[in-house]
Amino acid sequence: MTDFNYTLWIFLIPFLVFILLGLAGHRLKARISGLLGTAALGVVTVLSYITAYFYYFRTAGINDVFRKITVFDSTWLHFTDTLEIKMGILLDPISVMMLIVISTVSLMVHIYSLGYMKGEKGFERYYSFLSLFAFSMMGLVVATNIFQMYIFWELVGISSYLLIGFYYQKPEAVRASKKAFIVTRFADLGFLIGILLLSFNTRTFDFSVLTDPQGTAIAHSSGISFLGLSVTTWSMILVYLGGVGKSAMFPFHIWLPDAMEGPTPVSALIHAATMVVAGVYLVARMFPVYFFAAPAALEIVAWIGAFSSLFAAIIACTQTDIKRVLAYSTISQIGYMMLALGVSGYGGHDGLGFMASMFHLFTHAMFKALLFLCAGAIIHAVHSNFMTDMGGLRKYLPLTHLTFLIACLAISGIPPFSGFFSKDEILAAAFHHNKVLFFIEYAVAGITAFYMFRLYFTVFRGEDRHYHTVPHEAPPTMTIPLIILATAAAFSGFIPFSKLVTSDGKAFQTHIEWGIAIPSVLIATTGIGTAYVMYVRNPSLPGRIISIFKHSYKLALNKFYIDEMYLFITKKIIFRYISEPVAWFDRHIVDRTMNALAIVTQVVSFRIREFQSGQLQKYAFFFISGTILLALTLIYLLH
Amino acid sequence: MNAGIPLSYFLILAAVMFFTGIYGFLNRRNLITILMSVELILNSVNINFLALNRYLFPHKLEGFFFSLFIITVAAAEAAVAIALIINIYRRFTTINVEDVNIMKY
Repeated sequence: MTDFNYTLWIFLIPFLVFILLGLAGHRLKARISGLLGTAALGVVTVLSYITAYFYYFRTAGINDVFRKITVFDSTWLHFTDTLEIKMGILLDPISVMMLIVISTVSLMVHIYSLGYMKGEKGFERYYSFLSLFAFSMMGLVVATNIFQMYIFWELVGISSYLLIGFYYQKPEAVRASKKAFIVTRFADLGFLIGILLLSFNTRTFDFSVLTDPQGTAIAHSSGISFLGLSVTTWSMILVYLGGVGKSAMFPFHIWLPDAMEGPTPVSALIHAATMVVAGVYLVARMFPVYFFAAPAALEIVAWIGAFSSLFAAIIACTQTDIKRVLAYSTISQIGYMMLALGVSGYGGHDGLGFMASMFHLFTHAMFKALLFLCAGAIIHAVHSNFMTDMGGLRKYLPLTHLTFLIACLAISGIPPFSGFFSKDEILAAAFHHNKVLFFIEYAVAGITAFYMFRLYFTVFRGEDRHYHTVPHEAPPTMTIPLIILATAAAFSGFIPFSKLVTSDGKAFQTHIEWGIAIPSVLIATTGIGTAYVMYVRNPSLPGRIISIFKHSYKLALNKFYIDEMYLFITKKIIFRYISEPVAWFDRHIVDRTMNALAIVTQVVSFRIREFQSGQLQKYAFFFISGTILLALTLIYLLH
Repeated sequence: MNAGIPLSYFLILAAVMFFTGIYGFLNRRNLITILMSVELILNSVNINFLALNRYLFPHKLEGFFFSLFIITVAAAEAAVAIALIINIYRRFTTINVEDVNIMKY
């Protein structure tokens, strides 16, 4: 069955469920709407797996190259013969892989939310927004052209806004959702300008035409240049800015930690596994353009990725809110993915970075979603987000403990868990490209292990605290997704990614480079060991280290004051010098002009209305004098 | 015809009647008086039609027929006007036209 028309249903079903639950949800019982959303997503997951099976194992073309299959591509808006906006579905190794990731994690989150969000007000609204998100994200990954991707990009931003601000009566949640939307929207301005520049120069929006390595789009690129970089480089940098915003790279990372105000399953789905990797996906999708026509932009991608991962890892070491630690961890891991794309070549074994990035995206989605869902279970049990309120939970939450441990081992890169394989490939790719980047990421691997196990040891080991209510294990709707994701986190490292997802569709052989794997496992174990010493053996050690490094600790704890800088720039500079004069102008000049027009009309009308006095003889007088005037004019003046 | 009354005398008569009617319409307070002035205006127009027909088109009769119409219509209209005045009296207890001014701004 190589006819892929059923893929249309993959993203239409969530849209229909969104509309149904959005309009009629409150009339259904809460449980029914939850089950409906979950069942719909179950169908979508099955369809995605079927698509993947047929794509990867039945449609390998000549020479085992996975080619792009356009399922359909219909014109949506037609402006002129050269300017058309189409909508369609494009299947290619990365989009099918993303379909699997999105549908699996979404399904787990849907099932989990049946238990976690039980009894919440707005339960139907939650499920309809989750379906909207699934629809938007699927539409993003199967986009055939960059404009369709931009449309769904914005839709994903909306879903994120709606879900972060789900508890809309909490002012922090509202503030966080506004911040997320505004920061990503600002980054999307760069994206839009990049799209326009790129499509103006290459005369097309379509991905198959743009990214064809032998095609004209790439060949025509190095024409005009501006400030030393070609137009294509500028447009790819601008496009990357959109990715920086959506994927929370420095300097647009500020929204992601605050986005933790949303419900925990939302954080698992959107802000860990799927939406935040949209930026990585964008670079991967446009990778041939980046590699052949704008290599300078690719360097920028790599360096921003590396810097963000280091930056976020340092901050994560000091945070005490579980979800914030995980949020910074997400930023750090996405930095890895960006770095891997940035150091990658194209074609066969040179495309190792590309393959590693996609592999890490897959494994990261699994273990990060697992981490967030475990965090949800912990928060559900202890009723607090803060590590300082937890300790010794190992005996109360055995299942959560086991799955959390598996996820921590995976993210630290300990074999045989999945994180080891994907991280090893990334480090290998970085090593062969640029040693500095390699060392940064190598250090970050150690720091990652350290802060993840700091989290693990303080929550599950250590001394028992006095809990108000005895923490109990989560109900099965919450623990079954944990088990499924833990299996994925443990075993997905064995998937032969290099045979399936590569930069040009051709499979290649990878092997573990022991020269890189062994040091990375060593530094991860060092990190784990340090965390063990500091948080289990010698609990006073952290306090002593903090008092030695007081200033650095304070900097890291306050997230390097980046939020304060943004607030300063917006409130003191932009608001005071730009927004307030404009607001003054609007209120006093524009509004007053309109008011003046109205007042003048009113005054004139007060004077004129006295003509209608109700007195018959006055009316008759005007009538007669008018007639006489008319008669005189006709008789004397028109002769 | 030469020994007859010149046409202009009739026309001047009609004009004087017309403007007397208009003066009465605009300056009198009693509704019945206003109705009488309207009748004056109609009759002046009638005289105009008859005189012009007799003097300018002696062998035609359209002017005379139109005068008959005018008389009929004037009668009907006077009936309607009286009905109106009776209703106004019932509503306002006065037939002073200056007191019937509630349809205003």
